Amino acid sequence: MFYRLSGTYHTSYQADRKLWKIPTDRWLVIALLVLAALAPLYVSPLYLGSYVLPWVIWSAAALSLTLLMGLAGQLHFGFAAVMAIGAYASIHLVRAGVPFELALLLSGLIAAVIGTVFGGAALRVKGLYLVMATLAMQYLVDWVVVNVPAISGGAHATLRTPDVGFLFLPIDSLASRYWLALGWAVALTVFFMNVKRTSFGRALVAIRDKDFAAAVIGVDPFRTKLTAFATSSFMGGVTGAILAFCFYRAVTPEQFGFNVSIQLVAMVLVGGLGSVIGSWLGAGFVLLAPIFLTNLVSGLAAGGWVPVSQNFLSHLPLMIYGAMIIGFLLLEPLGLAKIYDNIRKYFLVWPFRHARS
Amino acid sequence: MAYFLELLISGALTGLMYSLVALGFVLIYKSAGVPNLAQGALVMTAGYAVWMVMAWGLNVWIAIPVAAAIMFGFGLIVERLLLRRMVGQPVIMVVMLTLGLEILLRGLVPGILGSTPKPIDLGIDFAPIIIGDVFINRTSLYGGIAALALVGASLLFFRTRLGTKLRAVSDDHVSSWAVGISVERAIGISWGLAGIAAVVAGALWGSSQGADWTLSMLLFPAVAVVILGGVDSVPGVVVGGILVGVLGTVIPGYLDSFAGGSTRDVVTSLIILLTIMVRPFGIFGREDIERI
Repeated sequence: MFYRLSGTYHTSYQADRKLWKIPTDRWLVIALLVLAALAPLYVSPLYLGSYVLPWVIWSAAALSLTLLMGLAGQLHFGFAAVMAIGAYASIHLVRAGVPFELALLLSGLIAAVIGTVFGGAALRVKGLYLVMATLAMQYLVDWVVVNVPAISGGAHATLRTPDVGFLFLPIDSLASRYWLALGWAVALTVFFMNVKRTSFGRALVAIRDKDFAAAVIGVDPFRTKLTAFATSSFMGGVTGAILAFCFYRAVTPEQFGFNVSIQLVAMVLVGGLGSVIGSWLGAGFVLLAPIFLTNLVSGLAAGGWVPVSQNFLSHLPLMIYGAMIIGFLLLEPLGLAKIYDNIRKYFLVWPFRHARS
Repeated sequence: MAYFLELLISGALTGLMYSLVALGFVLIYKSAGVPNLAQGALVMTAGYAVWMVMAWGLNVWIAIPVAAAIMFGFGLIVERLLLRRMVGQPVIMVVMLTLGLEILLRGLVPGILGSTPKPIDLGIDFAPIIIGDVFINRTSLYGGIAALALVGASLLFFRTRLGTKLRAVSDDHVSSWAVGISVERAIGISWGLAGIAAVVAGALWGSSQGADWTLSMLLFPAVAVVILGGVDSVPGVVVGGILVGVLGTVIPGYLDSFAGGSTRDVVTSLIILLTIMVRPFGIFGREDIERI
């Protein structure tokens, strides 16, 4: 119907290896990109600032994490700490007079260096133990950030981000902050789609599937695992800096706590491990579904439709969030990306039921 | 010296109370191979259950068995509805499922029963026991004794007919199946037993700080206990608990004053990290040999 193909008819390997195998996909992405870029023009500032902007930034964060968890198969339950390092590093660098563009890169590098230390644990253990080790590191980084006044500005302090400009354009209005975040998220998306087609991406996948077997065919697990952690942490660190400058604008350690790490893993899993579109959908779903459902129920409660107490309402986002994670893992372990893929495949071969094999 | 002794004793007793929480984790991991990161939330739910049953006007000694029955059933239901469908899935799925359960319970239980701390009165005197210059908290003391008793009971239980079945299941699911042991039922029972352990933990921790959502934060020290002692070792829970408790009380006792507080979490994190780096399977755990 939309795809005008009724099947896939590639006649060369080159056609099968293209980034956009089907013209419709390319037009769809271009249309979405135009819609996203023009969002400040037609979305009200309230919705842009409190829904669309965090969605874009968290999608970038989910993409960074899914490079590590989806492609390289290394579990990471301390990614919020990596983002915290990026955020705090960028603020202090800008305050010290470093230009914002350079500060973003440097904060990413600092996060990459410390994030690679996280990866040291991955060289020794995997699975459950890696979860625990990264979780412990999250607590350690949190403690250091809170208790070193030079970083957090004292216990319970809030650090305001200075005014900055990006490539001679001042980042002062909501729209400019949105465009900067969107630019970064799109850059990450393009990088992620292409990294899957490079030797580095294939090495990551080999490590994920079985690290011993990967070593046998000549992929160095030591180097590949650490590079995976470094790359992912660099992306996470810059995303943390973008999050601080474009969204929060006043940073406290609680914004990068253990719960945020869990939320990031939830985004990656709900979206679908290692999927680009899954990261975008998962971030949006985990971020926005509890808000909308809670608003719905509190609206119903205010109208007297459902008899629930204030206490119940205040705990509702947590319940929806937990139930959502459980529901996705039980009903569709491959996440929203798989659901999208099913729908796409249906229309790809429409009006037939399935393609000729 | 008296300060050190007091820290030592209170640390050991707190550690034993951690091992009450950790015991449930080990029971499930040992039989099902599932890392139950919802154990903290199970303890919280159990604390609320004890409070709820006592609010019906029942005596403590009747309320705790009733709550234990409720939590046993709850454990069975969780296993039947959630974990059984996770068999054969990668560990990240199971970890995230139990974390999702943790989040759900942390919202659902206080959301329905109220989020103010619920007092649980076990009839324990709040006045400390004083030996020489050392003050000992009675709740911790009884908690420590209960932990030792529960671990002892678990060790004895693993020698009964049912316990032998559970041990067989923990060794190998397929072989147990082949000799006619119902693996599903064994795993279900281990979840129920973890629920009972959670009731003891919930009642004692609830009586010392009130039952509210903060009980679910016991998960973190419990994880340290489990990693240090070995994830599949019941005696390891006692040793790991005492070590985590003592280190987590004595070191902050001297460092907190000039390191800015909450060094306990740092000590706990370092215990987890160092154990994983040096000896990932813990003190008493069984080293898994991976086939390629």
